[in-house]
Amino acid sequence: MYHAIVFLPLIAFLIVGSLGRVLGDRPSQWITCGAVITSAVLSLVAFWQVALGGQPVKVEVASWIVSGTFDVSWALRIDQLTAVMLVVVNGVSALVHVYSVGYMSHDPHKPRFMAYLSLFTFAMLMLITADNFLQMFFGWEGVGLASYLLIGFWHHKPSANAAAIKAFLVNRIGDFGFALGIMAIFMVFGSLDFDTVFAATPDQVGKTFHFLSWEWDVMTTICILLFIGAMGKSAQVPLHTWLPDAMEGPTPVSALIHAATMVTAGVFLVARCSPMFEFSTTALMVVTIVGASTAFFAATVGLVQNDIKRVIAYSTCSQLGYMFFALGVGAYKVAIFHLFTHAFFKALLFLGSGSVIHAMSDEQDMRRMGGIYKYIPQTYVMMWIGSLALAGLPIFAGFYSKDAILESAFAAHTGAGQFAFWLGMAAAVMTAFYSWRLLFMTFHGEPRASQEVMSHVHESPWSMLVPLYFLAAGSILSGILFNHYFVGDGHEAFWGQAIFLGPDNNIMEAFHHVPAWVKWAPIVAGVVGIAVAWKFYIRRPDIPASLAKLHHELYLFLLNKWYFDELFDLTLVNPAKWLGRLLWKGGDGRIIDGFGPDGLSAMVLRVARRASALQSGYLYHYAFAMLIGVAVLVTLFYTSSGGGH
Amino acid sequence: MSDWPLLSLATFLPLVGAGFIFLFAQGGDAAADRNAKLVALMTTVLTFLVSLVIWANFDNGTADFQFVESHAWLGGDINYHMGVDGISMLFVVLTAFLMPICILASWTSITMRVREYMIAFLLLECMMIGVFCALDFVLFYLFFEGGLIPMFLIIGVWGGARRVYSSFKFFLYTLLGSVLLLLALIFMYFEAGTTDIPTLMAHGFTAEAQTWLWLAFFASFAVKMPMWPVHTWLPDAHVEAPTAGSVILAGVLLKMGGYGFLRFSLPMLPLASDLFVPLIFTLSVVAVIYTSLVALMQEDMKKLIAYSSVAHMGFVTIGIFTFNTQGIEGGIFQMLSHGIVSAALFLCVGVIYDRIHSRDIARYGGLVNRMPIYAFAFMVFMLASVGLPGTAGFVGEILILVGVYQVNTWVAALAALGVILGAAYMLWLYRRTVFGQLEKDDLKQITDMDAREIAVFAPLIVLAILMGIFPGPFLDVMHVSVDHLIQQYQTAIQAAADGATQLAANHSAAQ
Repeated sequence: MYHAIVFLPLIAFLIVGSLGRVLGDRPSQWITCGAVITSAVLSLVAFWQVALGGQPVKVEVASWIVSGTFDVSWALRIDQLTAVMLVVVNGVSALVHVYSVGYMSHDPHKPRFMAYLSLFTFAMLMLITADNFLQMFFGWEGVGLASYLLIGFWHHKPSANAAAIKAFLVNRIGDFGFALGIMAIFMVFGSLDFDTVFAATPDQVGKTFHFLSWEWDVMTTICILLFIGAMGKSAQVPLHTWLPDAMEGPTPVSALIHAATMVTAGVFLVARCSPMFEFSTTALMVVTIVGASTAFFAATVGLVQNDIKRVIAYSTCSQLGYMFFALGVGAYKVAIFHLFTHAFFKALLFLGSGSVIHAMSDEQDMRRMGGIYKYIPQTYVMMWIGSLALAGLPIFAGFYSKDAILESAFAAHTGAGQFAFWLGMAAAVMTAFYSWRLLFMTFHGEPRASQEVMSHVHESPWSMLVPLYFLAAGSILSGILFNHYFVGDGHEAFWGQAIFLGPDNNIMEAFHHVPAWVKWAPIVAGVVGIAVAWKFYIRRPDIPASLAKLHHELYLFLLNKWYFDELFDLTLVNPAKWLGRLLWKGGDGRIIDGFGPDGLSAMVLRVARRASALQSGYLYHYAFAMLIGVAVLVTLFYTSSGGGH
Repeated sequence: MSDWPLLSLATFLPLVGAGFIFLFAQGGDAAADRNAKLVALMTTVLTFLVSLVIWANFDNGTADFQFVESHAWLGGDINYHMGVDGISMLFVVLTAFLMPICILASWTSITMRVREYMIAFLLLECMMIGVFCALDFVLFYLFFEGGLIPMFLIIGVWGGARRVYSSFKFFLYTLLGSVLLLLALIFMYFEAGTTDIPTLMAHGFTAEAQTWLWLAFFASFAVKMPMWPVHTWLPDAHVEAPTAGSVILAGVLLKMGGYGFLRFSLPMLPLASDLFVPLIFTLSVVAVIYTSLVALMQEDMKKLIAYSSVAHMGFVTIGIFTFNTQGIEGGIFQMLSHGIVSAALFLCVGVIYDRIHSRDIARYGGLVNRMPIYAFAFMVFMLASVGLPGTAGFVGEILILVGVYQVNTWVAALAALGVILGAAYMLWLYRRTVFGQLEKDDLKQITDMDAREIAVFAPLIVLAILMGIFPGPFLDVMHVSVDHLIQQYQTAIQAAADGATQLAANHSAAQ
């Protein structure tokens, strides 16, 4: 069964990827959807057996790389953490597959798109079922590849190509850290298997090792290197710049890869490595601070964006920040809970916005929308549900997980925890604000689209609406139903050994006992944000413009995303190009060739001309030069080794 | 079957084919050309089959040389001695594998002097296989240098516009190294009284002699590799060489340097190898970063891939000089995978060069719209070159990095940085040629790969992925030989250290 879960999407990819043209659109869609839906159903069974039944499984598949003591296998590890991820990945993936049938109905390359989606699903499954760091890296890069292919799916658009490359390269910077982490783990532990490494971790606490000329604490260094990988994949500051650009991809891709699954891989990595992170307070502090900063930063940028997908992208970035600071304060289970609920409501928001874009004839700018709630009522309701869940209002999924995160940060009673709590509160207000700004700008007010577009506004087909209903159900119910297991009283029985908590870590108990105002604060924050949005965009639509004019610099600063892209171009991209050209023309051309072969031949030519006019011709000159050189070396050689005898 | 002189058969079969073409494909008309091509193809396929027989009969369990042949030759001291071990055997297979592909790739693109072209390639194959099989230094040297001549001719006769400059640059660079290699060879002969490679490995040269010999070897192997800063012949040679010439250059000739280090420098000169590790690491790291940056700015497709080869070879030298299992096996694996992947990348350039006759990146764009099969093949090799896990490029790279991390974290970190740059230039190349709008008029008529081209690429694609997912069969061949090599090396280092402490003890006792 576990083989089927992981390899069915691969088989679908191989069939449709190679024969898609021959098979045609319909069969391709049937094969890929069928495979992933089957896989999703089996994942539910796995969740039932492993997570609720408490029986982790390990399946050996084949040997991979063996070289001396370096021994890595292909193996599937299905414990509670993996089981949760299986449900998220295969569940959302199946819904997105079905949704894509409707969404991509006008695209000429349907088989290719479906094949890429299945490839992504397979790679993501390899990542979450990995039993060792290297296989995880395989999945890690595999999802990166699928993301690259799907962002650049419309490869005739230069912006899509640029975004695809940017995503791949920024992720590579993260992977650089991850790869170094893997090497360090192998050197310290002599193995890359999770079980072996985690079992040996306590012995390494407090030890130091030599890395880049300095002595470092073993666990802190390894954890931070791994976390750099997580930052790249999960779009944490400053490696977040690829995520908003990734919205160039088709919307189903944004929902699946850039909201629900791939971007959460970093959170998964840290949770998976909880037996290591638990032994480094420094690393955990770094995680908390980076996470909290991202949550705040992304929320501020989300306030002013006008592209509907970019608003949601920044919101994703911000929510990932929440998950990270939850990890940082030791509340791994809470972070995974938020990952779980977030997958539903964020996929819902993306697919809902896809439905809007579909209805508006591929318009994404909210300034050219408005007043369409009457025409697409079902989508409208779905977007409300998604936003309510995102803002964390009671009953909805986000209410349980997001509140738990903020409470954990408060309960941590550390400097970093307080930092995260207050930034998280500020971000919560902004989250509610930009979510309702999106709703109001898109659906309410006067229609700002052209007559022609407005006349085409239509509700989406059933293949798109049904997945929305499923996700809406998840956005409402996943909090209530699973609160008990993930973070409530049943958490120890539910998670078993999958997540390790150090002996001093009692955050899972402590966050239930925070002061009452801390429990109420997130709800108040949500309501305040919504009220302000209502005031700004329904009651007095003139306020935003005048505010933007009043604080023009601030507005530009936010609109330009704190100028991160410009900073990177200035400090990394342009110098690399400049250096490349310099080394090529100057280093290779002028210095090496200039003094080497070309210079030598020119010099010989001059000397030879002067010495005699008897012979000329290239080979002679060259050979002559060489002979001299060899003679000099021979002399040197014999005089020096002669001295030794 | 194993009693047959299989190595000689693999080495000289191409020569027989060449003789056959020389004698019978006379006339210079189309029929003669066709016959020459057919004979060449059949010969190379047959040679490849022989190499597979060698692999099938190869015993992974021993570090001894296998399929050994030894005959008296050139008087008493110099013998015709052939044999392979776990380090050299796969290079024989690689060479024999790439040759039929080269012949097929030249099928239509070579129209001038077809007969001579085929003869040159068959001669080249004989020399290259000989290099990897030779167990006598003189024999090795003959093959090693002999290979230069057909390659020189291939670039100089069938090359592009600046072929004369390039072929001379190529010839002289490599010749400079070879002359020093010859000197080292003569010195070794006088010192040890033999040119037999296994005997020389056990000889134990003095530390000082090792230093000088090592430098002489280094001059030759570093140029072949090529290592920074003696790499500038490579981009020029690649740019001007015909497609198949580039394939062999990148696929096999560049591997001779690495093979030389493994066969000569490490086992014969362990002390000097140990001494010069900082030099090798420095040059290799510079090569990885420097050439990756330079590759980023190239406007010529072949130059870009040529520079990427220098960077990848930088990884190989790093791996070899870690002296641990992961590093050396990674280095050998990287050479094999690079042999497949870079060869395939040059073939990719060849496919569109045959159609448009330009290597200029800016000349292309949007090819995916007309050539989906080509786009797929190019994508596979682009990713393998980038070192994506699951492709051949990853296994070698990660093993090398893991190996060197245990020795020197700076080198590991800087080399890993090169991996980021590697992704940058390859993705950018791909984006500018394959993706985008199809705007240029002549590109709108371009045709996708035909059956012959698909036949050329299919085995390469299969290998590039297979080697990434199941590298076992390739790595298994190396294990015992590499362990033996490391053991030899460590024994020598240990002995030298013991000697030094002994000397110090004597010294202090005398006081």
